[in-house]
Amino acid sequence: MGKIRIVETASYVPSKTVSNDELSHLMDTSDEWISARTGIKRRHISIGENTSDLCTKVAQRLLDQSGWSAESLDMIIVATMSPDSYTPSTAAIVQGNIAASKAFCFDISAACSGFVYGLDVAARFLAGKKAMRTMLIGGEVLSKVIDWQDRSTAVLFGDGAAGVLLENKQTAASEILASVLKTYGTQHDKLAAGKTMPLSEFPPKESTVLHPFEMDGQAVYKFATHAVPESINEACDQAEISVEDVDLFVLHQANARIVKAISKRMKQPQDKFPINIAEYGNTSAASEPLLLDELVKKEQLKRGQIVVLSGFGGGLTVGTQVIKF
Amino acid sequence: MNEQEILKKVQDIVVDELDVDAADVTLEADIKDDLDADSLDVFEIMNELEDDLDIKLEASEDVKTIQDVVNYVKKEIDAKAE
Repeated sequence: MGKIRIVETASYVPSKTVSNDELSHLMDTSDEWISARTGIKRRHISIGENTSDLCTKVAQRLLDQSGWSAESLDMIIVATMSPDSYTPSTAAIVQGNIAASKAFCFDISAACSGFVYGLDVAARFLAGKKAMRTMLIGGEVLSKVIDWQDRSTAVLFGDGAAGVLLENKQTAASEILASVLKTYGTQHDKLAAGKTMPLSEFPPKESTVLHPFEMDGQAVYKFATHAVPESINEACDQAEISVEDVDLFVLHQANARIVKAISKRMKQPQDKFPINIAEYGNTSAASEPLLLDELVKKEQLKRGQIVVLSGFGGGLTVGTQVIKF
Repeated sequence: MNEQEILKKVQDIVVDELDVDAADVTLEADIKDDLDADSLDVFEIMNELEDDLDIKLEASEDVKTIQDVVNYVKKEIDAKAE
């Protein structure tokens, strides 16, 4: 896909945290049950900040870290399944907040695969020189679309945002070596949130209601443990490398057990699959850039290393990029 | 595939997934109570059986013991053969 460089990474999570023990006061669950099945210990929950607010904080951090001016941005993409509204896009709100007046903006809806879908789209714009400087953010306030009475889903998710600055720089050593996206629409009903209903009569007697999160756990588990290794293998083939050449696999943090099952199926050591879900829960489109930022800041991911980004989730969708960082 | 062969396959997968002794994976063993599996372990055991035997299994099916798993797998293999 060309010499696309991840220039900076940044993240922001709301300050309020909710532990598993606190959830056990709200519903019939326990720290032991949640930790053993998911690896999650706590999650950050947004009070009063919407998705665009979290993304704006990330955007400001990205600009501060890079020294880029807001006006120098050509494009802003936000990947989210919990936007502030149907319209305007969350990306447009962020653009207004940081005064990036030259950037065109849109959101990407691919749930937990949103960041890798966004990275693919951004890379193609960059390669075509339609945008030389791009901001890509994955941001979610999932706490507003969760049924807090449903212990099977409520314990899994958290809020947060993280993103990257990208540029097309032919002289850089960094490169996106391959990108593979796939969607399994026949399984669209296995994971859903915010479903709307058409009117059943006119004039309507009741307002249409957004449905909270619902998920077929086994179907999603089966999908993730099969489709993700397949997607990673395809992307590595496309990049003409073997999975053994990959230094780190940054997978969507849906569940620590799923990540471990994928590493086992791929016959790759677990220490190549970093996991930070204990702190954040599943933050959907934000999870991979959150982990990516953490790895960069801790210098566990260094320039020149090969990193695989792979997202999977609602759609059902899956996507993978092989990146020379 | 006869019942004995299915049992062997189930035992191999359960021993690998749950890190238990083969001797404990008896027909009477309750997967959750005796072998200490949780729901995700059951998903993974079903996953492995599906891949190895090319059948479709639902974790929601009423399976409690190893005998239940063997019966369920046998039923799906027989249904596929018909």
